[in-house]
Amino acid sequence: MAAGEPVAVHRVLERDLPSAEAVELLSLVTEIARDQMAPRVTDDERHARFPRDVFDVLGRSGLFGLPYPEQYGGAGQPYQVYLQVLEELSRTWLAVGLGLSVHTLACFPLASFGTTEQRQEWLPHMLDGTRLGAYALSEAHSGSDAAALSTRAVADPAGEGYTVTGAKSWITHGGYADFYTVMARTSDEGPRGISAFLVEAGTEGLSAAAPERKMGMSASPTAQLLLDGVRVPARRRIGAEGQGFPIALAGLDTGRLGIAACAVGLAQAGLDAAVGWARSRRQFGRRIIDNEGLGFQLADMAASVASARATYLDAARRRDRGLRFSTEAAVAKLIATDAAMSVTSSAVGVFGGYGYVEDYPVERYLREAKVLQIVEGTNQVQRLVIARGLAGSADPQPAPANGFGSAAG
Amino acid sequence: MKIIVCVKQVPDTWAEKRLDPATSRLDRASGDAVLNELDEYAVEEALRIAEATAGSVTVVTMGPERAAEALRKTLQMGADAAVHLLDERLAGSDAVGTSYALATLLAAREFDLVLLGSESTDARTSLLPAMLAERLGLPQMTFAAQVEVDPVARTVRIHRQTEAGYDVVEGSMPAVVSVVEKINEPRYPSFKGIMAAKKKPLETVSLADAGIDPEQVGGDHAWSAVVDFAQRPPRGAGVVVSDDGQAAHQLADFLAAEKLL
Ligand SMILES: Cc1cc2nc3c(=O)[nH]c(=O)nc-3n(C[C@H](O)[C@H](O)[C@H](O)COP(=O)(O)OP(=O)(O)OC[C@H]3O[C@@H](n4cnc5c(N)ncnc54)[C@H](O)[C@@H]3O)c2cc1C
Ligand SMILES: Cc1cc2nc3c(=O)[nH]c(=O)nc-3n(C[C@H](O)[C@H](O)[C@H](O)COP(=O)(O)OP(=O)(O)OC[C@H]3O[C@@H](n4cnc5c(N)ncnc54)[C@H](O)[C@@H]3O)c2cc1C
Repeated sequence: MAAGEPVAVHRVLERDLPSAEAVELLSLVTEIARDQMAPRVTDDERHARFPRDVFDVLGRSGLFGLPYPEQYGGAGQPYQVYLQVLEELSRTWLAVGLGLSVHTLACFPLASFGTTEQRQEWLPHMLDGTRLGAYALSEAHSGSDAAALSTRAVADPAGEGYTVTGAKSWITHGGYADFYTVMARTSDEGPRGISAFLVEAGTEGLSAAAPERKMGMSASPTAQLLLDGVRVPARRRIGAEGQGFPIALAGLDTGRLGIAACAVGLAQAGLDAAVGWARSRRQFGRRIIDNEGLGFQLADMAASVASARATYLDAARRRDRGLRFSTEAAVAKLIATDAAMSVTSSAVGVFGGYGYVEDYPVERYLREAKVLQIVEGTNQVQRLVIARGLAGSADPQPAPANGFGSAAG
Repeated sequence: MKIIVCVKQVPDTWAEKRLDPATSRLDRASGDAVLNELDEYAVEEALRIAEATAGSVTVVTMGPERAAEALRKTLQMGADAAVHLLDERLAGSDAVGTSYALATLLAAREFDLVLLGSESTDARTSLLPAMLAERLGLPQMTFAAQVEVDPVARTVRIHRQTEAGYDVVEGSMPAVVSVVEKINEPRYPSFKGIMAAKKKPLETVSLADAGIDPEQVGGDHAWSAVVDFAQRPPRGAGVVVSDDGQAAHQLADFLAAEKLL
């Protein structure tokens, strides 16, 4: 199409990183994104093809356990580094960055709440890059109100295990994952009646429906997970019976940081594309970027991206230092995903008519941004978390009542 | 088996290359520099052979200070050790000088196999493998699309890529082998590799250390010199062929005229 000049190339971002190895890690990630992801993202998204082989490359490069301890095969990296890896991946391909975030979230309950024996037995296999995880909390009737979930885990009289029955909705990697961290009800005591389980793919009774047909991020499979009398041995329960909901919430605090980082990557991609276009597209005899009105719009976009990045990195650095970060994570998720929405929308505008067609990636960015405002707690739910903090009731112990607005992964 | 891989750091293939009008040399300071792509294949092949034979891989480069980055990348991929031939007097060496310097360095070391890429992406002479083999007096086995070693019989057999297909060439070890892209799929470094590389030896060697005669290297002693150069003219607009039933003929005529058919 007669579009004028090609869109500017992907700039290498100069990042604020805490160590030489982190700089090398980011440069490895940038290289993989450029060589293995960029050439195929458009096509795979268009045809809703899940790029499992790209995850294999990430896995072989040691990216499946970045924030977890080296003793279990993780990379022992601080969150501020792990999250910038997610950002860089999402800048090229959101489905991959978000997928890695979901995998890391799926490992969180075992890594943080498992016994030493459980960790020694399973964690190395979950982090070694060969097996992909999924996180199953949401159900058709319990999304924001995740504590209302109804999937049941019934203990055998002998105490050897559980029989799990129910249906999980919206499960990223559903049907493609190698293991699932599943929240199920072990008693009727509301949020105190939920327990966490580690379920292997291929267990009898576990199946996935056909992936949902989504408005964006089509290369990331999202499916209903059906549990029909799935037998789970007692030693695969993570944490105590009834501890599942606080575990899920702790996971989401961290998972939200992942979504915020993905959102910044996507917003950066929108900004890069818009700037590239505005520097080369000419109207009225000059580059469109030389019109102050448009230049200021780009400046606002750049300011949104930079402030969103600063916000999630602030929360991450608090987490790395062992400070409270739950409110900050909710703020970061809210700010970053709203930034992604507005920046990608502006990017379409900067491209004019060319922004509205599939020949350029910006319309896809816009479609992708929307999901980030919904997953791992809608942005209203983030406000709820922030407001609870302001009201002085942020402590998730004891477990919050129904309607706390925990929100799912 | 002890394997030595020669690698070169080159300007990023994605970046625009520029000759410096003052020196007629490639402007290496501007823009990113990367490990020559074909050399990644050579390193990968060396790692595979070493893994299969419980051997070791040492990577060698001759180049300016920042060429150490390329060495570090090979260590991250899994090479055991690296040697950086670094000396200001090497600047401007042509292929004759480069091959002399590398051959002198290698001659003092123990190895069973030397692997190289078959061509650099910057100077692209493709001369080094042959010159190095000649200077070392070793079998020259170039353009390998497949390499098999027999450590017991001490032989190496390659599929030498030709325009028509391939030749099977066998030689005794030690030997000099250059590889083509088809040979394998190079691995990326891993995070563990990045961490491990910090502890691996990276030795910097000067002309004196390596016993290299300064009178035979560097721009002043080069046998060839760049006399003049010009920018490639910008690409023309091209011809748009719209299909009115004759497009196929027009395309065929065009290809024939360009001697592409
Ligand atoms: C692509 C995709 C991938 C997903 N992946 C996963 C996954 O891997 N694992 C998983 O467990 N889940 C996953 N989810 C589910 C996701 O977390 C939920 O969709 C989300 O938590 C919202 O729940 P809901 O869809 O039931 O919406 P609802 O909870 O029904 O919300 C509907 C609307 O009501 C608002 N609302 C609800 N309660 C309140 C309140 N108290 N105050 C103000 N407003 C409120 C919400 O903000 C929203 O605007 C995924 C969803 C999508 C779309
Ligand atoms: C017209 C012209 C002018 C030049 N002028 C200059 C100049 O002024 N200054 C200057 O510095 N260079 C100059 N060069 C480049 C110089 O001649 C070559 O870089 C050098 O001799 C190596 O040759 P090559 O890059 O063509 O390697 P090739 O023979 O194409 O490379 C084959 C393989 O040899 C190995 N190899 C190549 N170079 C090295 C190395 N340095 N260390 C270790 N292994 C290596 C790699 O495995 C590589 O894949 C010039 C080249 C040309 C063609």
